Amino acid sequence: MNTPPSSVILPVKGPLLTRVGLGAFIVALLLVCALAPMLNLLVPESSMFHMSTYAVALLGKIMCYAIVALAMDLIWGYTGILSLGHGLFFALGGYAMGMYLMRQIGRDGNYKSDLPDFMVFLDWKELPWHWTFSDSFAATLFLIVLVPGLVAFVFGYFAFRSRIKGVYFSIITQAMTFAAMLLFFRNETGFGGNNGFTDFKRILDTPIATPTMRMGLFVITGLTLLGFFLFAKWLVRSKFGRVLQAIRDAETRVMFSGYNPIGYKLTIWTLSAVMCGIAGALYVPQVGIINPSEMSPANSIEMAIWAAVGGRATLIGPILGAFIVNGAKSWLTVAYPEYWLYFLGMLFIAVTLFLPNGVVGLVKKLRKGGEK
Amino acid sequence: MTPDLLEQGAARIEKRLAALEAGKSNTESGGRNASTGRIATPGEVDVTHGRILYLEDVSVSFDGFKAINKLSLDIAPGELRCIIGPNGAGKTTMMDIITGKTRPDEGTVFFGSTIDLLRHTEPQIAQLGIGRKFQKPTVFEPLTVFENLELALKTNKGVKSSMFFKLDSAQSDRLAEILVTIHLADSVSRMAGNLSHGQKQWLEIGMLLMQDPKLLLLDEPVAGMTDEETARTAELFLTLKGKHSLMVVEHDMSFIRTISEIVTVLCDGSVLAQGTLDQVQADERVIEVYLGR
Repeated sequence: MNTPPSSVILPVKGPLLTRVGLGAFIVALLLVCALAPMLNLLVPESSMFHMSTYAVALLGKIMCYAIVALAMDLIWGYTGILSLGHGLFFALGGYAMGMYLMRQIGRDGNYKSDLPDFMVFLDWKELPWHWTFSDSFAATLFLIVLVPGLVAFVFGYFAFRSRIKGVYFSIITQAMTFAAMLLFFRNETGFGGNNGFTDFKRILDTPIATPTMRMGLFVITGLTLLGFFLFAKWLVRSKFGRVLQAIRDAETRVMFSGYNPIGYKLTIWTLSAVMCGIAGALYVPQVGIINPSEMSPANSIEMAIWAAVGGRATLIGPILGAFIVNGAKSWLTVAYPEYWLYFLGMLFIAVTLFLPNGVVGLVKKLRKGGEK
Repeated sequence: MTPDLLEQGAARIEKRLAALEAGKSNTESGGRNASTGRIATPGEVDVTHGRILYLEDVSVSFDGFKAINKLSLDIAPGELRCIIGPNGAGKTTMMDIITGKTRPDEGTVFFGSTIDLLRHTEPQIAQLGIGRKFQKPTVFEPLTVFENLELALKTNKGVKSSMFFKLDSAQSDRLAEILVTIHLADSVSRMAGNLSHGQKQWLEIGMLLMQDPKLLLLDEPVAGMTDEETARTAELFLTLKGKHSLMVVEHDMSFIRTISEIVTVLCDGSVLAQGTLDQVQADERVIEVYLGR
């Protein structure tokens, strides 16, 4: 065998997280698993360090959004496919969980029936076929992954095989989520119509509204977010991740290098949808409601804004973006409710014009400027 | 099979073996035992007939415009063929057809004597061993030189194997070897987007070499290169000749003079003339299409 020319030093792949990154990750892990539960459950309410139930609920919700933003980053930031239909996958995961939670109400509903209230109201006598597995928590967990994954796979297969790209793909995904919303709005599809599912009482036969249960869901959401972050990091650093970026920038070159882009796009598209579905399933028990408005086109567009504000193709950026935008949203919708949508629109324009690489891009730029 | 047919067959093989021993083995397939020996292996390029690429009577039209018109062309293994021709002669379209990007309306395109290229998709054709460099250099700009080459490496290109891919030592050696060949060893960790135009051209050639192709299609490989870079590229192509077959489309005549053996002139979608550069330059028809009529 030839000895390699000694002058060439090939770069060595670094560890998954840098030392700073690892430090930050451990801090985040401690915040989620130790500090937040302590401040919420152990510190008395009178203390200024007490973390209110409102804060727990808000942060838990935003962490779900952060998972969605991460999923958006994989498909949009890294692969260059802008989906404006991720709200559908989020809602599908949410509805799968919601069905289980509806069944957990048992006979405690307004009508004291075995069936969920809205079915009694519609004068239905038995559960529709698609509620067959709603009794089992294990089956629900399975469906949370399977349903969004399957819908995404089938949709993606036909779209990518027909080489639908760019803005056409975005428009079709937008139409897909809109169509699904209209479908879910109808009472006869068996998803509670425009009211959706609410009034949840229990999960795993334990009351859902207790502080401990809330904290438990909060911790699980935080761990899921951190886990997905590590997974996404591993994925984009593998050769698979580099092929995705290559598809984004020069798809023809990728094909002429012997890769079939369909398989790659379909894999990341389905993975991204599954992540969204899981986020939706964690969201529903924490906010206590799921209805078809989650599938509204505006919701899906907002998801893209989180990723854009934070900085595409950075992983950490979209997570920050979800926190920044939703933090601002929860403050503004209380303080100046009528201005929220103007603010969101302006934010999107400002980011597109002045911060094409989002907040993370800005930080990088400032840091570089500081070094010089 | 009936016994008398078996006997006849045995007699024929005996006769053939006797002829082989006597040294009178000049059959039509160049002295090889065509009838009794070779087995076609799927995916392997069969060049025993002395041709790696055949195009026969290929035509394609776009909205009524015949970009390629009854084009027939063939290339021998290890040959370096230069293609010249005025703008719109169909040079790039021909490459599109060979690599599966454009489907011809009629005609046949074979890689070796067994692989029908019209039945394969772009990624499959690339895997079979045809590499292509575009007119405008296309490298993956946000990736480093190293990552660009690693992506192009000939290996299993499925989704799962990409997720768990690790460069082994033989592959690292090959990568290092090519980095030296394309004079980018010092830029291994630089972003491809920050390279000069000539360096991008080379990186793209390097990516082709990583694929270890049997046939390289190079569309204007020295466009935008300095004289020194052009000279180095000529040198590189001459070392590749023999090991790989090359088809080079260029406008730079001095570059073609340095590297060419046979030059094919395309005009209006078919072959106008073929021969050494001096021969085609002396051809009346070639002078006419180049100087205008």
